[in-house]
Amino acid sequence: MTVRVVLPHNLTTLASAGKEVQLEVAAPVTQRAVLDALEARYPALRGTIRDAGSGLRRPLLRFFACEEDHSDDPPDDPLPAAVAEGREPLLIVGAMAGG
Amino acid sequence: MSSVRVLVGTRKGAFILTSDGKREQWEVSGPHFAGWEVYHLKASPADPDRLYASQSSGWFGQVLQRSDDGGQTWNAVGNQFEYAGAVGEHRWYDGSPHPYKFARVWHLEPSLKDPDTVYAGVEDAALFKTTDGGQSWQELPGLRNHPTSAGWQPGAGGLCLHTIVLNPKDEQQMTIAISAAGVFKTDDGGQSWRPANKGLRSAQLPDQDAEVGHCVHHLARHPSRPEVLFMQKHWDVMRSDDLGDQWREVSGNLPTDFGFVIDVHAHEPETVYVVPITSDSHHFVPEGKLRVYRSQTGGDEWEALTKGLPQKDCYVNVLRDAMAIDQLDSCGVYFGTSGGQVYGSADGGDTWDAIVRDLPAVLSVEVQTFQ
Repeated sequence: MTVRVVLPHNLTTLASAGKEVQLEVAAPVTQRAVLDALEARYPALRGTIRDAGSGLRRPLLRFFACEEDHSDDPPDDPLPAAVAEGREPLLIVGAMAGG
Repeated sequence: MSSVRVLVGTRKGAFILTSDGKREQWEVSGPHFAGWEVYHLKASPADPDRLYASQSSGWFGQVLQRSDDGGQTWNAVGNQFEYAGAVGEHRWYDGSPHPYKFARVWHLEPSLKDPDTVYAGVEDAALFKTTDGGQSWQELPGLRNHPTSAGWQPGAGGLCLHTIVLNPKDEQQMTIAISAAGVFKTDDGGQSWRPANKGLRSAQLPDQDAEVGHCVHHLARHPSRPEVLFMQKHWDVMRSDDLGDQWREVSGNLPTDFGFVIDVHAHEPETVYVVPITSDSHHFVPEGKLRVYRSQTGGDEWEALTKGLPQKDCYVNVLRDAMAIDQLDSCGVYFGTSGGQVYGSADGGDTWDAIVRDLPAVLSVEVQTFQ
């Protein structure tokens, strides 16, 4: 499956990647599988989306897809079919905490 | 031909300022890591092309960067800082127990001999070490396991280990400072530690001369005399002539002895620089005047250095790691401000000029000297 992921600006510069990256992810396409593939492609992102020790999502980042907030979904739940099929991106979004 | 390279960490990226030995014309590169807080950059004394940078963000956590070409290109290295063994607790601001939690790297201190070995002082207070050029980091847990650590309490900036001083004659001997726990030193490379705060007095403590709990802001020493340490404490400028076993106050005639930075002249071990700040509630310079104070007597007697610095309507701060000294014959002194200026003096502080005026708020300044 080719999954599309949209990164926040500061992570695009860190990874030297475009705003949207495409990743090959084996089914089932879950949050964990997508993030594992993302970190494997861009090792500089390790620890920046999920805490390197606990593996938990950083509190000021959110995961949106198909106009829904999937931030607090269990990481091994399947993402929406539209994300798994590449029709919609998984959006990694920094919280509006900068004023 | 001599030259200098000034490494500047700011709230929104890093900048590298370079000049020849005259230090009159400067080139500015950056921002590196734009948009990220860069608490500290420092070069390896053993390999001047090897630089390390602490890049962090409230959103994205800690990233460690390494350059092998003097800051032209950078690569992210290891950013996993796991406390060793039981995490334990320290005291929170309200006095309640609070679990240690890694927040960021405040200070990077490369080994004097090995470019792959670096010490990292972090928040919550602990000391980490890499021996593989930053790919992996291991805590030296003897410090955080010190019997007093459950009582360490954060300063306003967090419970941070912000200063690491290596003894050039014996790198196993290190002195570190934590806000607000105080000074600790080790003789065995970080396995065991003892407090070194005798002579400090802090009105913020119920026991003003307690063994630990002092908000030490920064330490400095001249490499030729590793036993002599200078300290800018929350309040008070202090001096020790026996590697921290005993401290005495040398604030003398300073207009205020609150401040953050302190540093020592490259060739005159008794010449010391501070930037007095009005108070802990007014984090800006007194009377709207930016003045560096220099003592040529190892403290007690201070003179204001003002030529080239703003002497009206100036309300900036200068943070603890934001002053550096070069090694050229006519000693250069540099500092950065919360207003984004980096000032330099090529004559030991007699005259100053702004190298840059409009960077993001400056967090740290280091300098490399090429002779």
